[in-house]
Amino acid sequence: MALPIYASPLERIWHYSYLVICGLVFLFLIAPILIVIPLSFNAEPYFSLTPKMMALDPEGYSLRWYDTLLTLGHPTPDEARDSSWWSTVWERATWVQAAKNSFWVGLWATILATVLGTIAALGLSRPEMPYRRLIMALMISPMIVPIIIIAVGMSFFFAQACIDPDSAMGTIFGVFLSEKGCLANSHLGVIMAHAVLGIPFVIITVTATLSGFDQSLIRAAHSLGANPRTTFFKVIMPLILPGVISGALFAFVTSFDEVVAVLFIAGPDQQTIPRQMFNGIREAISPAILAVATILVVISVLLLTTVELLRRRSDRLRGVTGR
Amino acid sequence: MAEAATNLLTTADGRPLKAALAAAQARARRRAFLLVLPLLLFVVLTFLVPIGYMLKRSFEHDGFANSAPTLVNWFAQNKGFDPANPPEEAYAALVQDLARMQVEKTTGQAGTRINYSVPGTISLFKKGAREADTLTPPFKEALLAVDPEWGMPALWRGMESASHVYTPEFYLVAADRKLTDEGWARGDDGQRIYLYLFVKTFIVSAIITVLCLLLAFPVAHLLATLPMAKSSLLMILVLLPFWTSLLVRTTSWIALLQEQGIVNDLLVGIGLIGNDGRLSMMYNMTGTIVAMTHVLLPFMILPLYSVMKVIPPSYARAARSLGATSWTTFRRVYLPQTLPGIAAGSLLVFILAVGYYITPALVGGADGQLISNLISFHMSKSNWSLAAAIAGMLLVAILVLYWLYDRLVGIDRLKLG
Repeated sequence: MALPIYASPLERIWHYSYLVICGLVFLFLIAPILIVIPLSFNAEPYFSLTPKMMALDPEGYSLRWYDTLLTLGHPTPDEARDSSWWSTVWERATWVQAAKNSFWVGLWATILATVLGTIAALGLSRPEMPYRRLIMALMISPMIVPIIIIAVGMSFFFAQACIDPDSAMGTIFGVFLSEKGCLANSHLGVIMAHAVLGIPFVIITVTATLSGFDQSLIRAAHSLGANPRTTFFKVIMPLILPGVISGALFAFVTSFDEVVAVLFIAGPDQQTIPRQMFNGIREAISPAILAVATILVVISVLLLTTVELLRRRSDRLRGVTGR
Repeated sequence: MAEAATNLLTTADGRPLKAALAAAQARARRRAFLLVLPLLLFVVLTFLVPIGYMLKRSFEHDGFANSAPTLVNWFAQNKGFDPANPPEEAYAALVQDLARMQVEKTTGQAGTRINYSVPGTISLFKKGAREADTLTPPFKEALLAVDPEWGMPALWRGMESASHVYTPEFYLVAADRKLTDEGWARGDDGQRIYLYLFVKTFIVSAIITVLCLLLAFPVAHLLATLPMAKSSLLMILVLLPFWTSLLVRTTSWIALLQEQGIVNDLLVGIGLIGNDGRLSMMYNMTGTIVAMTHVLLPFMILPLYSVMKVIPPSYARAARSLGATSWTTFRRVYLPQTLPGIAAGSLLVFILAVGYYITPALVGGADGQLISNLISFHMSKSNWSLAAAIAGMLLVAILVLYWLYDRLVGIDRLKLG
């Protein structure tokens, strides 16, 4: 915003102080995220910048907290790092296990939320859809209703949603459920919970993309002889794909960052990164958490870049210039 | 007759056009609905049904009804009994049930249930159950000799009420009512913690909303008026916190604000405060408010930005050319046009703040806890019905706010980034 030429001295002062205020707010937004990066390289078990770090002395910095991520839960952390040592990391290290769990839960929750959400968004954006407003309100509500309420409800319901593990149904579905045959303490339970939390994001992004979608393209495809399947995969899908992908990324991040539902419905086998961090912050706060945090910041920068690039591509495809 | 029929518009195969159109529209509606159906079923199963279970639990507790069948039966037959002076048969039934509880080890369940409405009764039940099979008639005198509290009218009212599996009692408890000898009444001043915490949660959420608005307004304005290339670059700074893990942001606030943290080090370093005068900004309400403002700020900036983006700058120039000062221009011309964005952002931030759990749990310490943390506390203490009742009250508050949001803003206008 340029200062108009007729601005009075007072307005000039105000204009520059306004810019300073904006700068401070940006600092407030971004500094807490960036500060974890130097702190994670701390050589001391402290949560603050040591004098050595301030003096940029290399001795003040180390990778020991990143190393902790590999050795925590490792039976022989100090032995020579040959291939068997690394395979033990892959099998046993606490943080690596948590990362694997987070990844798989996030992946399946994302697939579930994205497939169901995209199909539903196609229906919701048709003008003939009955009870559109009501259903839309229901689909968005997992984002609005406090997560603690959802988690409490799920912990009651999932503990009773059981099938006898010895019955015919139990032998088929048993692998997805806990040992007692319940949704509680099972991977499937966590995946379902995370999928329902990711659905609002998929619905919002895909319906937003569809709002700029020219419905006559569908009629054109039909008139040229395409069946509904061909129309969907050749005409609709390529155009809404950026929206679907950014919805999927939102859903993945929601699952990857979710801790409350996990605390209430998951068992010890479903240890995820956020749960491990949550417990770590509550109990003994060690800079190892900052090392994890730094890795997560890098991941979020990558995801944000992807989403921004997708959005620009989508705008270009739809002929929208600018934001 | 025949003439009128030929005048009707028909389709190529001779059906009336109106009927054909109605059939086609019904088919289109059905198709649209079928697309939504799988997700609808999934959301009902994993979202609505669990919330239904929670609401059912908030009215339901069978701890006493199951473990004291004789007394439950007696209550059912003597509806109008005087709780101040229950007859001998009632005491006989009670002693019989206490003896059964001792055998079946259900004293804890029964005592816990009564304890909701009449605090301090678990130990009374444990003691009574231990002595029950040594007691001889008349049971009234015998039981009162074990502990005179067995004669409390409040206790008898509580047991009568607990003999029903379904009861609105937990909502009364969650609204700080307690059972006295005369019936339900307001709790003592020092014990009205639940409503106090509700009020506190709403006040803190309002403070956070105002802080977010104050911080977001200049930034959103800057983003909306800068040229595209610069504003997209700055927008990254707003979106990055949005995409960063909540636990990462909470962790960094601990690193920044704790007593040995960076902000305190900095203040000591430049000599603003002494080393022994370090500010305590973490593990209290200050920590909760600062960290939550940071977490929720993007939810205020984004709706404000999308409204400010489409305000034509020519209005402000017109106002200036007509002689308005810059303050008047802002107040009378610019601000009113941003109101939809202010409403959208404020309501969203307020709704999200009211139900917030993780940040207060990690940085709130003792006095920075909000209503969600109380629900979690009662869940961990196995006070499920009370936790569910508090959650039910919170849910009603959220649904009212959500309805308001839909009326004022419209849920279709919700955008992400």
